[in-house]
Amino acid sequence: MNTYDISEYERLCKDVRRTVLKMIYETKSPHIGSSFSAVEILAALFFKYIRIDCRNPFDEDRDRFILSKGHACSTFYVVLYKKGFLKEEDLKKFAVNNGLLEQHPTRDVQKGIEISTGSLGHGLSIGVGMALAAKRDKKNYRIFVLLSDGELNEGSVWEAIMFAAHHRLDNLVAIVDCNKVQALGHTRDIINMEPLSEKWLSFGWVVKEIDGHDFKQIFEVFDLLSFSTGKPNVIIAHTTKGKGVSFMEDNVLWHYRAPDDKEYKMALRELLE
Amino acid sequence: MRRAFFDTVTDMAQECDDIYLLTGDLGFGLFDEFRSKYSERFFDIGVAEANMIGIAAGLALSDKNVYCYSIIPFLIMRTFEQIRIDIAYQNLNVKLVGTGGGFTYGLEGFTHFGLEDLALMRTLPNITIVVPADPLEAKCLAKISYEYRSPMYIRLGKTGEPRVHNSEPDFRIGKPIFLSEGSDIALFAIGSMVYVGKQVVERLKKSGVKTTLINMHTLKPFNRNIVCQVASAHQVIFSLEEHYTEGGLGSSIAEVIAEKGDGGIFRRIGVDKLNRFVGDSDFLREKYGLTVDKVYDRILKEMKRN
Repeated sequence: MNTYDISEYERLCKDVRRTVLKMIYETKSPHIGSSFSAVEILAALFFKYIRIDCRNPFDEDRDRFILSKGHACSTFYVVLYKKGFLKEEDLKKFAVNNGLLEQHPTRDVQKGIEISTGSLGHGLSIGVGMALAAKRDKKNYRIFVLLSDGELNEGSVWEAIMFAAHHRLDNLVAIVDCNKVQALGHTRDIINMEPLSEKWLSFGWVVKEIDGHDFKQIFEVFDLLSFSTGKPNVIIAHTTKGKGVSFMEDNVLWHYRAPDDKEYKMALRELLE
Repeated sequence: MRRAFFDTVTDMAQECDDIYLLTGDLGFGLFDEFRSKYSERFFDIGVAEANMIGIAAGLALSDKNVYCYSIIPFLIMRTFEQIRIDIAYQNLNVKLVGTGGGFTYGLEGFTHFGLEDLALMRTLPNITIVVPADPLEAKCLAKISYEYRSPMYIRLGKTGEPRVHNSEPDFRIGKPIFLSEGSDIALFAIGSMVYVGKQVVERLKKSGVKTTLINMHTLKPFNRNIVCQVASAHQVIFSLEEHYTEGGLGSSIAEVIAEKGDGGIFRRIGVDKLNRFVGDSDFLREKYGLTVDKVYDRILKEMKRN
């Protein structure tokens, strides 16, 4: 496990953002905003917390990670590349004909992708199944599921939330990338999920809220996992959609739009600073 | 029939400690033994079928052999997208066991009918679809299903199905069972309609019509060769199913015969259109032309017409 200090993590994140920006610019892919909001969370998870090894990808005791918000896959792919699961040429096969990687991930455990996602509201249930299996098999691995806040509109997520608490799945960690923007606008204007933290709490989870771009807060909270015996864990990470590029931040346009040449150069300049 | 199936699963669970049984809060009394003996591997997921399919996928990804149970519309239709992505495309070892094929739940109303399930499941990759015709076939299928490490949809009736076989049949996935052979017409039947077909064959025999009856218990993978062989040997062919005539057994046969190109007469017997009849399963089967008398009359009428 790498033990960078915070400035090294921040450097890593800029690098990840630059690569994601390039991939999205070159392929005219959507979802750059959703990918940028999750950079710090994914960097912390994969470089500090999740126990996986590209030399032994099928290890039965590995931690499991599920990107339930599958549309943030470009960040996921870049992090997997940095962890050695994907090669540089694999990233070149993102979102191209005769390619390797779609704009929503397809299961390939060898490459670190545990399940296929892209349709929202599936990941937490699957994580629950894995957490149950780990409990029954008396295994110590943990299951991390990254959800989006818009995804919480899906009823199936709440089915999983109820079940996980009832079955005391303290080996399950849900992280909500709460970037406050969903496909057609701000979450508060579409389906207001507030008070979100109280909702999870009242469903029997232990809830922690953090600034999802602040490594100090991320580390402080993730270091405490599992929070409480017999209760599932949720970390509500308050983030900014499009984080890192000023003109993309908190703007629904960048749920879809890929940068043109001028915007690419402007964005890259901000990410080089 | 469902009792025969799940008693066999319960028997197997003693040796096979990877068997997990999930229900969407249905099957009163059906799982009592499994639940008491193997409580660690039994989950009533609650009235939350989408979650059940996701959990089944998570368990299967952790090397468990998972059986999921509910009434067909809730198991198959509400959760179609979970099945599509989590189970079918990922090719996971989950057996979806649906109860209430066709009009089994008669008086409970159309919300509980299973009339579109075969059509829906047929479109998905990797899923094997099997419909046992009687409790003995259900028992055989339960045993086979354990060794079958890929997704499966098993369509059951409920209770009290008459026996098609006197003793345990040679039941193999993808291998249709010939129940009678005759040179005049051929009937392909599936599930509950196999027993009906058997009686229709006897009636036709008395009228001098020699009939081949084939139990097409496996809808996917579909045994096209058998259909081609039977179609070549018979000028008049019927399909019998307690399902819409679109998308199920009749459609599967029609596709084969049409592509083969030299077919004779083919008619699908099943449910063409749902009307608002209120009644039990026998009443509804009569109304929709799926009883022995109705099928017999329809076949004779079609034969005369041609």
